[in-house]
Amino acid sequence: MSQTATQNQQATDTHVGFDVELRKVFKVFNGDTVVRGVDLSIRRGEFFSILGPSGCGKTTTLRLIAGFETPSAGDVLIRGQSMLNVPPYRRPANTVFQNYALFSHLTVWENVAFGLRIKKCRKSETQERVKEALKLVKMDGFANRFPAQLSGGQQQRVALARALINRPTVVLLDEPLGALDLKLRKEMQVELSNLHQELGVTFVLVTHDQEEALSLSDRIAVMVEGKVEQIGTPSQIYDRPQTPFVADFIGDTNLFRGKIEGAHPTMLWIITDRGLKMKVQPTDASGLPLTSGAVVVSVRPEKVNVSFSPPDDAINCFEGRLKHVMYLGTHVHYVVQLRSGDQLTVRQPNALNVPDSDTPIYLHWGADDCLALPE
Amino acid sequence: MQAPSKNPIRISWQALFSVLMFGFMYLPILVLGFYSFNQSPNSAQWGGFTLSWYVKFFNDSRILSALSDSLKVAFCAVGISAIIGTLMAVGLARYKFPGKQLYQGVSYLPLIIPDIAIAVSTLVFLAVIAVPLSLWTIVAAHTVFCLSYVAFVVSTRLVNLNPHLEEAAQDLGATPYQSLVMVLLPELMPAIVSGCLLAFVLSMDDFLISSFTAGGGATTLPMEIFSRIRTSVKPDINALSVVLMVTSGAVALIAETIRYRSEKKRLQ
Repeated sequence: MSQTATQNQQATDTHVGFDVELRKVFKVFNGDTVVRGVDLSIRRGEFFSILGPSGCGKTTTLRLIAGFETPSAGDVLIRGQSMLNVPPYRRPANTVFQNYALFSHLTVWENVAFGLRIKKCRKSETQERVKEALKLVKMDGFANRFPAQLSGGQQQRVALARALINRPTVVLLDEPLGALDLKLRKEMQVELSNLHQELGVTFVLVTHDQEEALSLSDRIAVMVEGKVEQIGTPSQIYDRPQTPFVADFIGDTNLFRGKIEGAHPTMLWIITDRGLKMKVQPTDASGLPLTSGAVVVSVRPEKVNVSFSPPDDAINCFEGRLKHVMYLGTHVHYVVQLRSGDQLTVRQPNALNVPDSDTPIYLHWGADDCLALPE
Repeated sequence: MQAPSKNPIRISWQALFSVLMFGFMYLPILVLGFYSFNQSPNSAQWGGFTLSWYVKFFNDSRILSALSDSLKVAFCAVGISAIIGTLMAVGLARYKFPGKQLYQGVSYLPLIIPDIAIAVSTLVFLAVIAVPLSLWTIVAAHTVFCLSYVAFVVSTRLVNLNPHLEEAAQDLGATPYQSLVMVLLPELMPAIVSGCLLAFVLSMDDFLISSFTAGGGATTLPMEIFSRIRTSVKPDINALSVVLMVTSGAVALIAETIRYRSEKKRLQ
């Protein structure tokens, strides 16, 4: 399946490279602003994820692209064409719904063929394309079943085939794996990724599962309270979060609220609210260099080193006692209480012998292993 | 635990209660069916087997014309209700408009209001707007309650339906009209059919509303039966009742079989 030209896309294709653009889009429901000025440019052929906690407006954003909602302000463009006056049935976008929304009175075959039936496609072509789509999602053996006779994962595949059959410019996925169990979800993630590579179609995925977003996406937009907090590649989002929210939401982290005591182009001295003195190497990712004011220091659990004797290098080194051990199979999380009262999560490989709760342990990390984020 | 061989027949009080209940409900009907084959014209005594009452009934032009009036009324009223009732249920479920709550409450009122109140008020209303009574005034009156039943059953099904079905259809290129006809209506069809069956039975059964709103020589079957049993219960009425029961039983059986087959196909 390749991307085919939709009828009106060539007319003003000035934004080559972008399949979907949102420009200062707002959406108000009964006086509730759900989407607040979202700006997104999704590149052609990209696997783009919108990630955020529930209620952050990510699904509404997707529905704005699909056309089920109209923006209260702003503009939605697909291939450079404004979609404001285009109803959902004329948009070159197809959606995989959260609960699949398969037509229960139609067989798998008829479900997938629905889009072609509407387009009054020739019979032979319909046959061929449905067959191809079912094969693509490995459901060719189930053509005559009804949706209720399929498992969740199989229904998911049918929904995918149904969305792909019209060869849309962009495929919208609304938490497509949310209803599946963990193992099946992992399998489907791999298949989604394969499908995306095979087809080269733009995918927009909405999810609250950060792991899913990190593993699948080319780029991620993190949304909170109707706003986009940060857009970037998975590694930018994880390693260089720009706000405390992103640092906290993506992966595990330890956050310390504090303020800047001294600033140098290559080093920041920070004192936390509980009196810990930290040295942090400033990053350019956060825009303006920080020189003063309130900051939040973020340290990932896997960046923290543990030792049982005071280390020689006393940068960012704090004494504490072990409070809890969380066994996670491949590794262990220690929850350590510092003398200041702060609790830190530390990720360690499995091998270490566990110290008892009276043994002093020392946590330390380098100045370049943590981030200072503007409050 | 008792060995089954020691006490093969154990009558639980639940079983006893069930048998009593079924007897209470269906014994009169069985008796009626039994006496429809009775040669003696008096119900009380058995005079040997005969089918003559059935022959007599099928040759009785008054009963046959009453039956045809009843069927006309039922088919027209149910047909109109099927369309308007389904649209009403869909409209109430899918759209927001001022006064929706009120409309919703009012639309189900005929389920609660006693038949006699509907009958009298319809008669008064027809008199006020000066419409002469005929077969069609019965149809109009029956549509009032049939509509509520169809809308009620359909809206129950609508609540359980995935709210994104029509969006999915539109997403795939169907116009709102196409998505209604090709997706929503087929999904609702089992509910529409069962609502119609329910309304049909109630319409066939209705005596009170029909007799208040009938005119121009229109007589429905219940009206005909009622006018006859005022003098005495004749065995040909028994025969008619058996025919009605067998027919409605057959209709219910067929409808249920169709429903069961399609459900089995969908939910295995």
